[in-house]
This record gives sequence, structure tokens and C-alpha cells, in this order.
Amino acid sequence: MIRAARVWLLGIALLPAASGALAQTESGTRLDANGQLEDPTLQVRFERITKELRCLVCQNESIADSNVELASDLRRQVREMLVAGKSDDAIFKFMTDRYGEFVRFGPPLSAKTLLIWGAPFIALLFGVVIIYRVARNRSRMPLDE
Amino acid sequence: MWKFLLPFAAFVALVVLFAFGLNPNRDIHALPSPLIGKPAPEFALTDVMDASKIVSNATLKGQVYVLNVWGTWCGACRQEHEALLEIAQQHVVPIIGLDYMDEREKAKQWLTQLGNPYSAVAFDTDGRTAIDWGVYGAPETYLVDTKGRVIFKFITPMTADVWHHEFLPRIAAARRAGA
Repeated sequence: MIRAARVWLLGIALLPAASGALAQTESGTRLDANGQLEDPTLQVRFERITKELRCLVCQNESIADSNVELASDLRRQVREMLVAGKSDDAIFKFMTDRYGEFVRFGPPLSAKTLLIWGAPFIALLFGVVIIYRVARNRSRMPLDE
Repeated sequence: MWKFLLPFAAFVALVVLFAFGLNPNRDIHALPSPLIGKPAPEFALTDVMDASKIVSNATLKGQVYVLNVWGTWCGACRQEHEALLEIAQQHVVPIIGLDYMDEREKAKQWLTQLGNPYSAVAFDTDGRTAIDWGVYGAPETYLVDTKGRVIFKFITPMTADVWHHEFLPRIAAARRAGA
């Protein structure tokens, strides 16, 4: 019942976008009975993109997982952009232009994010140095007996 | 020597990290807005008080103004309402309201009962204007300069103190730059 209501609401929200897009392409723009985009390739992209976008209200959830209203507004936005034929990059740019890099779970490599991407390698280097030193000290230790 | 210095350095580094990361005064929800310095996204929405009227920020070009995002569902908006009313009394800049994720009747009731600090309130039915502004909660308060650029964003409830220390100096500077 609730699910049916949600699909219905989604249908209402997408009505203008879907009918507009239908005029241009013959299929793959509407939602099916499960609330998925009719075009399966768009649905796959939709799921990947919404998992990669952070819900800024809950911060540790993606907009694919979150139930808050902002997340559902953003899912609608992603769907509409997909149906309008926008590229993944255009959709991510739309989001980062408005919410900043933080909206992406995987921030692109830039001067600002260098430390985030580099930290695991720095930690690894530290580990290697420590293991090397420990191993060297061990090998110098006199054997018992 | 290194045997003592290294752990000590690591300890100091951790203390610095924790001092920043666990600082109770740091608002973990405060995010830098990519909108700062960029043109304010335009909107033309219906007036919450009168659905036949349009509220648009296009008519505010050349003026410094404040955009305050609120909703009747938002407790913190109720909390800042008194401060907004006081600020409106000073007539420094127009305060435009953006009623977000709300019901028109509830919003009307709120404004008639509690008083209306806004020069106009735009009714964002589907949250699209809020997305354009990068809104991720309420209340949020934006300051736009004479060239129509967003120069400041403040999240959490407005207070007289914040108005005095964060907004007034920026408004004065924006007017000097725009004059």
C-alpha cells in the first residue's frame, strides 16, 4: 500500500518531465510498476550515480539510500537529467556546483583532495619503514641459547 | 633519541588532530558553499501569501539583500523568528523568504500569527530553487551583493549577535564596493 502510494507520488513528480521527454524519444522515459526507469541502461546509471552522491542531511548515507525529502528531490533531479540525455559528468557537475565536492563520495583528485588520496600511501610507507626497522633490529639480536 | 622523539611527535600530532576533530564548537554540518562569489541563482516563484503574485530575485538586482530559507516544519526556524523580526525592524536590507518543503496554508498561518519579517516570501513547492541554491537544511541565510553575487552563507538560526558581527559588516562592505 505504502509502496503503491510512493510509486504514485513519484509518477506525479515525474509527469511533466516524462511527458516532455516522450515527445522526443519513443520509449525508456517512464517509470515502470517498480518505480524504475523504463530504460534499463538509464536505471543502471541512475543507481550508480545516486550511490555516488552524498545525502547532505544525513552525510553518511547516499541519496540512493536516504529517505529524507532532499534526497528524494535530488533523485528526481538525477532521473530528469538522465531522461534529458545528460552525461554522468554533467550530472555530477550540476551537484558539485551547488553542494560542493563534499556531495561526492569519491572526490576527484585535485590539490585540495591530494591528502585524502595520498594518506593511505603515506600510511603504507610508514608501515614499510617500521617493518624494515623492526626486522633489521631482530636480525641483529643475539639468538637465545 | 629517536626512540623517544618519534612517539612523542606522534602523540602531539594526535592531540592536534583531536583538538580539531573533537572540538565541540565545530559544527560538523557546516559546509563551505560553492556558491560564494558566484551569481545568485535566479528564481521566479509564487508569493506564499498570494499565489497569483510572483516573487523573483531578478527585481532585486543592484541591491544588497538577504535570502532566508525556512519552513513551518523547522523548529530552528521558529527559534530564529524573533531575531528576524527585530532585524526587519532595522530596515537595513530587504529580507526575502524562501518557504521550503512547506504547505501554503501553514506558512500563511505562521506569518500572520508570529509576524512577517520578510519583504516577500517565495513559495518553493518542489524544492528546485532550494537545489539551485545548494540548500541542505533550514534555516539557511544568504547574503547577495549589489552585483547579484552570493557573498555569504550562514546555516543554523539567525541571532542578533550573528546579524551584528557577520552580516552588518559584510553589508556595509558590499555597499561600499557597489557604490
